[in-house]
Amino acid sequence: MTTYYSEDHEWITVEGDTATLGITKHAADQLGEVVFVEQQDSGEEFEKGGEIGVIESVKAASEIYAPLDGEITAVNEDLADNPSALNEDPEGAAWIYKIKLSDSAQLEDLMDLDGYKALIG
Amino acid sequence: MTDAPKRTPLYDLHVALGGKMVDFAGWEMPVQYPMGIMGEHKQCREKAALFDVSHMGQVILRGDNVGEKLEAICPQAYATLKEGKARYGFFTNEDGGIMDDLIVSNAGDHYFVVVNAALRHQDIPHMKAHLDGVEVTEIFDRALVAVQGPAAENVVGDLCPAAREMKFMETIVADIDGVECRLSRLGYTGEDGYEISIPDADAERITKLFLAHEDCEPAGLGARDSLRLEAGLCLYGNDIDQSTSPIEASLAWAIQKRRKEEGGFPGADRIQKELAEGAAKKLVGIKPSGRAPARQHVEIQCAEGNTIGEITSGCFGPTVGGPVAMGYVAAPHGKVGEQVKLIIRGKAHDAEIVALPFVTQNYKR
Repeated sequence: MTTYYSEDHEWITVEGDTATLGITKHAADQLGEVVFVEQQDSGEEFEKGGEIGVIESVKAASEIYAPLDGEITAVNEDLADNPSALNEDPEGAAWIYKIKLSDSAQLEDLMDLDGYKALIG
Repeated sequence: MTDAPKRTPLYDLHVALGGKMVDFAGWEMPVQYPMGIMGEHKQCREKAALFDVSHMGQVILRGDNVGEKLEAICPQAYATLKEGKARYGFFTNEDGGIMDDLIVSNAGDHYFVVVNAALRHQDIPHMKAHLDGVEVTEIFDRALVAVQGPAAENVVGDLCPAAREMKFMETIVADIDGVECRLSRLGYTGEDGYEISIPDADAERITKLFLAHEDCEPAGLGARDSLRLEAGLCLYGNDIDQSTSPIEASLAWAIQKRRKEEGGFPGADRIQKELAEGAAKKLVGIKPSGRAPARQHVEIQCAEGNTIGEITSGCFGPTVGGPVAMGYVAAPHGKVGEQVKLIIRGKAHDAEIVALPFVTQNYKR
């Protein structure tokens, strides 16, 4: 199991050809208190760079961008009732999607933890 | 001249308190503190929150018959504003639009006016040009601090007993720890509270005295915005602007009876006509039924799917516990209880026109 990070502050943990996707603690801290998460449905396909959801804090809306190509296989339904989980445990219980990767080679474009730490300083 | 953001006398204190500083109308202001917008909002509704509003323009008007002269540029009855009283109002333009909203106080030997930060550069020349024989002096050496919430009377009253005796929309000059301050019992959160004008040199020290009270915590612009929206109060630039009339903005209550009848202010033709016949659109409260906040510029549709207006302010209301919004709709659709659709990111969400404010105002009448 390996975790990768995107420049848009998402993380993906990969096991075989499926992965779990969420936003980083750093991103959650920057957003402030999350009050609503708009998620896509299971079965939706997406391309790298596409918008795959929106996170609303008290003040503003922020898009979630797909870090690579794939298909949503499961949605974390708990976030609809408990969006603040994204502030409490964004890299754990508050995952956003399970996805099936279309092209594992795209993982090479993402960062490892050290690279991400360097990005956020 | 430089475009570097300006700082209030409380800048260092904001940074020391962990304030997240942002550019607001050319000023570096705290949007929130470590407590967060939700916590600060709740603090203001339940105890007391302190806001730095020093970026707003404080203006002294001196001369004969200032109140009467103000009536030539404002639809409010300022000639009959009693000494020691403050009144909300606005400048109107010749088309009946709102140029800015403001608070005017009759301070006895002068009038004290507070205008929006972003519009002080418009408002000062406007007053100078239209108030004949009135000396218009913008104050640059005083901070303005708002202490708001049910505990505000204790927070301010412990340092300034005279504050306890004040009623809503009253203004006095009083001593706070040896410093002459102007206190006005008003604010823009829907809660009881005070706006306090303090000389720059003493601003940080006195602010710290307020914050030393166990019930008082600092709050930023984020909470100020969600508080005023829940209280149904307009934000200039969002909900009202040069094109919106006070009648469209549901601000007819802020125009006193005599002025409504007599007119004699810029744009009176349109405003009196709209008073008599109603305006084509009106500002209303809107409650989305789901959890998705509807932000500024979200399209409003009627049940049949036709566009009837747009959201001008929207956020998550921490006290309401869900999204709240205000926006303009075509007048026939503006009745409380009307079911509407909000088009958020292309998807229609159910919402209802509701009475403002979203929370009960707690002023000390």
